[in-house]
Amino acid sequence: MSYFEAWNLQKIYRSKRGDTVVVQDFTLKMERGEFVCIVGHSGCGKSTVLSMVAGLNEITGGGVILDGREIDGAGPDRGVVFQSPCLLPWMTTLENIMLGINQVYPHVPKVQRRQIAAYYLDRVGLAGTEHRRPAELSQGMRQRVGLARAFALAPKMLLLDEPFGMLDKLTKVELQDVLLELWNRERLTALMVTHDVDEAIFLADRVVCMSNGPEAEIGDILEIRIPRPRNRAGLLETGEYYLLREHLIDFLENKSHLRPSRPGRPAPGATSATAPMP
Amino acid sequence: MSIATDNPPVAASPPRKPRWNAHAVTHALDRLGLGFFSPFVRLVAGDEPEKQVHEITLNIVLPGVAFAIFLGLWALAASHIRTDAQKIPSPAETWAAWQGIVKFAKNESKKADAFEARMKTVAQKQIDVADSQLPILEAAKAVGNTVEAAAIEGRIQATRERAATYLERKYVGPPTFFTQIATSLFTVTVGFAAATLIAVPLGILCGLSKPFNTAINPLIQIFKPVSPLAWLPIVFVIVTALCKPSSGDSFITRAMLISAGTVTLCSLWPTLINTAVGVAGIDPDHMNVAKVLKLSWTQRIFKIVLPSALPMIFTGMRLSLGVGWMVLIAADMLAQNPGLGKFVWDTFQNGSTTSMAQIVCAVFAIGIIGFVLDRIMLILQRLVSFDERAI
Repeated sequence: MSYFEAWNLQKIYRSKRGDTVVVQDFTLKMERGEFVCIVGHSGCGKSTVLSMVAGLNEITGGGVILDGREIDGAGPDRGVVFQSPCLLPWMTTLENIMLGINQVYPHVPKVQRRQIAAYYLDRVGLAGTEHRRPAELSQGMRQRVGLARAFALAPKMLLLDEPFGMLDKLTKVELQDVLLELWNRERLTALMVTHDVDEAIFLADRVVCMSNGPEAEIGDILEIRIPRPRNRAGLLETGEYYLLREHLIDFLENKSHLRPSRPGRPAPGATSATAPMP
Repeated sequence: MSIATDNPPVAASPPRKPRWNAHAVTHALDRLGLGFFSPFVRLVAGDEPEKQVHEITLNIVLPGVAFAIFLGLWALAASHIRTDAQKIPSPAETWAAWQGIVKFAKNESKKADAFEARMKTVAQKQIDVADSQLPILEAAKAVGNTVEAAAIEGRIQATRERAATYLERKYVGPPTFFTQIATSLFTVTVGFAAATLIAVPLGILCGLSKPFNTAINPLIQIFKPVSPLAWLPIVFVIVTALCKPSSGDSFITRAMLISAGTVTLCSLWPTLINTAVGVAGIDPDHMNVAKVLKLSWTQRIFKIVLPSALPMIFTGMRLSLGVGWMVLIAADMLAQNPGLGKFVWDTFQNGSTTSMAQIVCAVFAIGIIGFVLDRIMLILQRLVSFDERAI
């Protein structure tokens, strides 16, 4: 059995006017230490999948198994990095990281817990900002703290929900390097949602493409066999990168409205393949 | 002889840098809610003088002019509005009455000092008498007359005890304006503290639990607009039933508890409602953090809910204290708690020629104290608030 397994994951919002199927038949297996990215158009339900795995959104069908146990609700065994850093503004950066560490290692002496927090703060390049509050940090620095907080939990799985979506291009590139560096050290099993094709290819071992919602499902899975450790310059030199990129963009532009499970039937309400869903 | 011609031209000296940091001072003033002083500080520091002069004109001179116009209208009203017994006091009469109040308070304090000194001398005399008995006691002990010695010892003991009672005696005079202010402040503090202790936990429950909020919301909406005058009889019954009549010199009397209880009942609503709104409006992202970290119930309250709602709670407390101070004056009048309200009522009943002027003094005192209380709460509110954009 795989380390992580989601089978027939489904999300239905029930209302008087009928049920809205956001996601259905999402089945994915991951090995320990694998990095998988989910890409898709806005509103295709990729974030819904992630928050269901995180336990923050109720699962209406199917299930998720992580390390031999079915997940039930949220927990610190899955470190989440949200789209906005979600730091607590009344706490310093160190306190924000400590909050999680205190939960995971309640019996470790406080000095050691502080050391763990300081270590991760140093790893994300924020040594010396222990006693600053989020208001005094830039958006990029805040998201670094968010990464440190998730890694400091030593989780079984890392869940990243468009973590760099709110950042400018330069900061985004910096933070991708920070993330990859941390991940190379710890090799956490990571599931990341993004709509940035380049980011997905740079970071992931596999890229899962989701078809447009509603009733979104997995459209295509792409293996990225570019050897690790990766660096941006090296990536651009490989011919494979351009092929993968072309394949992904082709999917998003031309095939994301198709339903692999029901060939020949376009997504309900989809008039144009490229039109983003509301 | 001309002075100007043989004076050497003075080299323009570079602008002198102040040794202190003007920016830090103005920042602190702004934090304290005393922002209207900052132009003076900047002017002293030599920071854009024209702009500061303009600011001062705007912020100090304009209110000054408005106050002068107010004084003029007041004087005009004072010369026209009168009944057979009373008239509106003029500003000058009010000022004279204020000086009378201060003089009376000073006299009382002098009397109290004199009383204490008198008691000390009386007590000292008794102690001297007791001391004078000591050699006789020694002599009686020396000859072995134990019966006599015991009698003398008893007398000495009694004299010493009498001296102690003299020292304990307190001057009992009429309350002065300032002791009444102290009583009012103490009463409002007790009432406000009780209101906060009730309202914050209830508000948190309302904010966290929708069913609980739905359950008690009608009660809140019905009791919120009730006048202090209507609460007072109910509080009166409760306090009279639960508390023994108090001894004279204690600060905590039945009247004080009735006043404070009325303040509590009238002032807890803004804190309750603001706390509930603050708690219900917690950023769902912050709650998600709590869920992911599996924080316990108490951790959620103390690490997430309370800090996040604290700015709103303090906004509510500030409103509550304002309401409480207003209610207190009415409650003092009815409960006969020797505070400012009782001062106003007693003075009005007294009906002497200076009564109205004294009441106007009380009006100003009530207003200024209310303003100071509000500023204190504003400072606290600013201290606990955080930048909400930084999440």
